[in-house]
Amino acid sequence: MTEINLTIEQKKFPKSNQPQSENIIADLNLNIHSGEFVCLIGPSGCGKTTLLNLVAGLDENYQGKITFGAPHNDCRIGYVFQNPRLLPWRTVRENIELVLPRHTPSHTIDDLLASMKLTATQDTYPQRLSLGMSRRVALVRAFAINPDILLMDEPFVSLDAPTARKIRKKLLTLWEQQFHTVLFVTHDLREAITLADRLIFLSSSPMTIVRDVKITVPRPQRFDDRQIESFRHELLSKYPDLTPLL
Amino acid sequence: MISTASPQRARYLAGLSLFVFILLWHSIASWLATPVLPEPIKVAEVLWSEIHNGDLIHHLGMTLFRLTLSFIIAMILGSALGILLGRTPTIDHFFDNWLIIFLNIPALVTIILCYVWFGLSEVAAILAVVVNKLPNVIVTLREGAKSLDKDLLEMAQSYRLSRKKILTQVIWPQLHPYFMAAARSGIALIWKIVLVVELLGRSDGMGFQLHLFFQLFDVASILAYTLAFITVIQVIEISVLKPLDHYGRRWQR
Repeated sequence: MTEINLTIEQKKFPKSNQPQSENIIADLNLNIHSGEFVCLIGPSGCGKTTLLNLVAGLDENYQGKITFGAPHNDCRIGYVFQNPRLLPWRTVRENIELVLPRHTPSHTIDDLLASMKLTATQDTYPQRLSLGMSRRVALVRAFAINPDILLMDEPFVSLDAPTARKIRKKLLTLWEQQFHTVLFVTHDLREAITLADRLIFLSSSPMTIVRDVKITVPRPQRFDDRQIESFRHELLSKYPDLTPLL
Repeated sequence: MISTASPQRARYLAGLSLFVFILLWHSIASWLATPVLPEPIKVAEVLWSEIHNGDLIHHLGMTLFRLTLSFIIAMILGSALGILLGRTPTIDHFFDNWLIIFLNIPALVTIILCYVWFGLSEVAAILAVVVNKLPNVIVTLREGAKSLDKDLLEMAQSYRLSRKKILTQVIWPQLHPYFMAAARSGIALIWKIVLVVELLGRSDGMGFQLHLFFQLFDVASILAYTLAFITVIQVIEISVLKPLDHYGRRWQR
């Protein structure tokens, strides 16, 4: 668990020294509290993935500052990418063991695999898994390191509705056990309302914060579709400027 | 209609084709009845006696020793340099011309130069073979290192994997097919070069023997040695390279 403070003055793409590069993020300031679940919502291609990569330290080519509550190197980051990004030449279990320090007790992995119903497929190679299963493995991998910060980039996109719903429930159960700080990218408002404490609406080119909304639906009622729907309706009628962002 | 051959049928066909080959050889040889094309049975007799008196084992052994040593050196050095070039564009741009020069020097030239500069020694012989093979390995592995999956590397970076883990578990499996391609073409290339190296500057090995038989016009011995050599290379291919290749692909669908 740790807080995240983001101040991004400018992020250009592809490289800041090239003349034709365009500004994709400008004047974005965001403070995320420790243990908070934040959803980032914005049109596709607006730079949400780029933002996650900045937080993950994959891209250091920007002007601004990103600080965590803990020093950078002590901060464990779990990243669930848009594609599962599993090593195809390692089995499900080996893929998870890969990111863990040596001598991690095996029950840590066993419990997570069991909770995602992956125990039977732990010795399978990823190419033989369905997309839904691969996504669950990627989730287990991110949770296994017990991250301080969990970055998730549309992790449930292109899953069928019942599967996605099940995995969302699993995600919340796991999150409520550990309370990692979560940054979750999505363009599905219903999903965001179901999961998050707080919604950040982003505009495209250059990306900046349009609105910052707290979700008032209590946690136990998050899987009640009517509650979600009414909150969504209220939100969109209160702020009509959000509709084009979805 | 295309019918898929069962493994049994495939084996039968392979055996039959070998039999037809020997039969054809035999008929042509007995029809021509000339000492420069001996019949298969004559070659088999020579092969047997050469194995028996130990000559063939000695010379084949020397050749295999040179082949193995230069193969290992070329593969290790070539892989390391190939990965380095593939991952660092600056170094790659700098050495690209060098590679093209070395790729295009004829094998015979490197062999002669090595003998002239370093004397008719074992070291010069091995060096000549390595220098001939090295650019090929570098180029093949460089292609592999250039086409590494960026997604997986980002994953490794964001989970802060150690350098050792990244190299052995993320990068190496992606290079394995390129390594195998380099190894296979490597053996085929190296054994041909080793023979020339031996012919020009060594007093043992297959190349030396072949040169001797050539001066004596002893075609039966030449064919007997060739047969023994082809067999050994095939055994290496089947018992070492194929299983290695298969193991590297076990995860594929």
